[in-house]
Amino acid sequence: MEDPGTGGILPLSVDSLVFEADGKRLIKDITFTVDAGPRTAILGPNGAGKSLLLRLCHGLILPSSGEVVWHGMTTGDPALRQAMVFQRPIMLRRTAAENVDYALKVRDVPRRLRRELVREALKVTRLNRLAGRQARVLSVGEQQRLALARAWALRPDVLFLDEPTASLDPAVTHTIEDLINTIRAAGTKIILTTHDLGQARRLADEVLFLHRGRLLEQTPAREFFERPRSEAARAFIAGELFW
Amino acid sequence: MTDLGAAFGAAFGMIVQLDAGLLEIVLLSLRVSLTALLCAVLIGMPLGAAVAVFAFPGRRIIVVGLNALMGLPPVVVGLIVYLLLSRAGPFGVLGLLFTPAAMIIAQTILIAPIVAALTRQTIEDLYAEYEEQLRSLGVRPLPSLATLLWDGRFSLLTAVLAGFGRASAEVGAVMIVGGNIDHVTRVMTTAIALEVSKGDLALALGLGIILIVLSLCVNGIAYAVRDVALWRHG
Repeated sequence: MEDPGTGGILPLSVDSLVFEADGKRLIKDITFTVDAGPRTAILGPNGAGKSLLLRLCHGLILPSSGEVVWHGMTTGDPALRQAMVFQRPIMLRRTAAENVDYALKVRDVPRRLRRELVREALKVTRLNRLAGRQARVLSVGEQQRLALARAWALRPDVLFLDEPTASLDPAVTHTIEDLINTIRAAGTKIILTTHDLGQARRLADEVLFLHRGRLLEQTPAREFFERPRSEAARAFIAGELFW
Repeated sequence: MTDLGAAFGAAFGMIVQLDAGLLEIVLLSLRVSLTALLCAVLIGMPLGAAVAVFAFPGRRIIVVGLNALMGLPPVVVGLIVYLLLSRAGPFGVLGLLFTPAAMIIAQTILIAPIVAALTRQTIEDLYAEYEEQLRSLGVRPLPSLATLLWDGRFSLLTAVLAGFGRASAEVGAVMIVGGNIDHVTRVMTTAIALEVSKGDLALALGLGIILIVLSLCVNGIAYAVRDVALWRHG
């Protein structure tokens, strides 16, 4: 697919990134660059360090060494041009509409514009009929849609998704994947982690394959699935890779 | 036995007829304890939330300190406030000793740590859930505190209640700094203590009954509010 967006803060470069906790090296000297446009999937078995890498890129945790650099826009705080959706949706104890509105308020969006953006985000995620419902009484699938609505209302340059469908059934997973594509079509860079090969095949344009904290390859998706370069990736695709 | 029966009868009679003396004591008690509660909430909640959210050197000591202060002996608080407010004390010029204001100060000192410690617990749990989302959205520290306090409001009711329970039931602190002066600083607990020592069981029992009913009502209302909140908010 062609790049539908302007890029904003992208490209993102990660240089010699290392993350250690309790004396264990969990992210081992990772270097890569991703551009605006292609949907990037960070793929790998459980415990490979996918979620950690995503959090390091988003700035939720700080690396032990190495750096994360946004090469695009140089003015303003790049953190404010990003959003993240977590594996288990974190819902504020407010209504669905107020959850979206909260995110916009944090970024100082004026009230009238907020109302419009909230309505639009809920409409795109087909949650408009649930706007007045308390977010925490919604089903997990609805909550994850709301998390996407909340992230997308911010019109981020980059949307990070951490295993966004890991706890959802196939039908809901399909809806979420459709929404991710809608958001991408509107110009947002998608970077998601998954251990689900099917999802990576459906959603990814390029794959970063992680194994035991190392980046083993960065490959266009089609090539990755047909001719993986690393032995671990070949074993993972064949279902033979066990941690 | 007949004495006790007669005392109960007289006590109920005073309550039913809204005896003026009894009403005055009840209203003053509520005024003192509710004002102290308001002060304690204004001090304790932001403090507890800040300790829950911010990492700073000495944080653990403050947490342990707050938990320890929950068990402050009322008579000791009374004594300290007494010394501070007495003529020779640093705040003697204010002339607050033996006034309701002194009682409010003593009760605030007594219950602010309770409100703060329970708030810290509640907010810490909520922050564990919210932290990544709030940071991802770019919420600054102070607005984070406000969000956590607002979203935790139903759980925080427990903290408020515990504070009110402690304030309305204690006798040692208000006795020392208030002096149990009739029509001025006589509250339910000090009146009960006095009437029992005088042998006037009717007024003591009447006040005792009101104190218990009050505490039952407050707890009942709080549970009802929490149930409704859980049902509505999940």
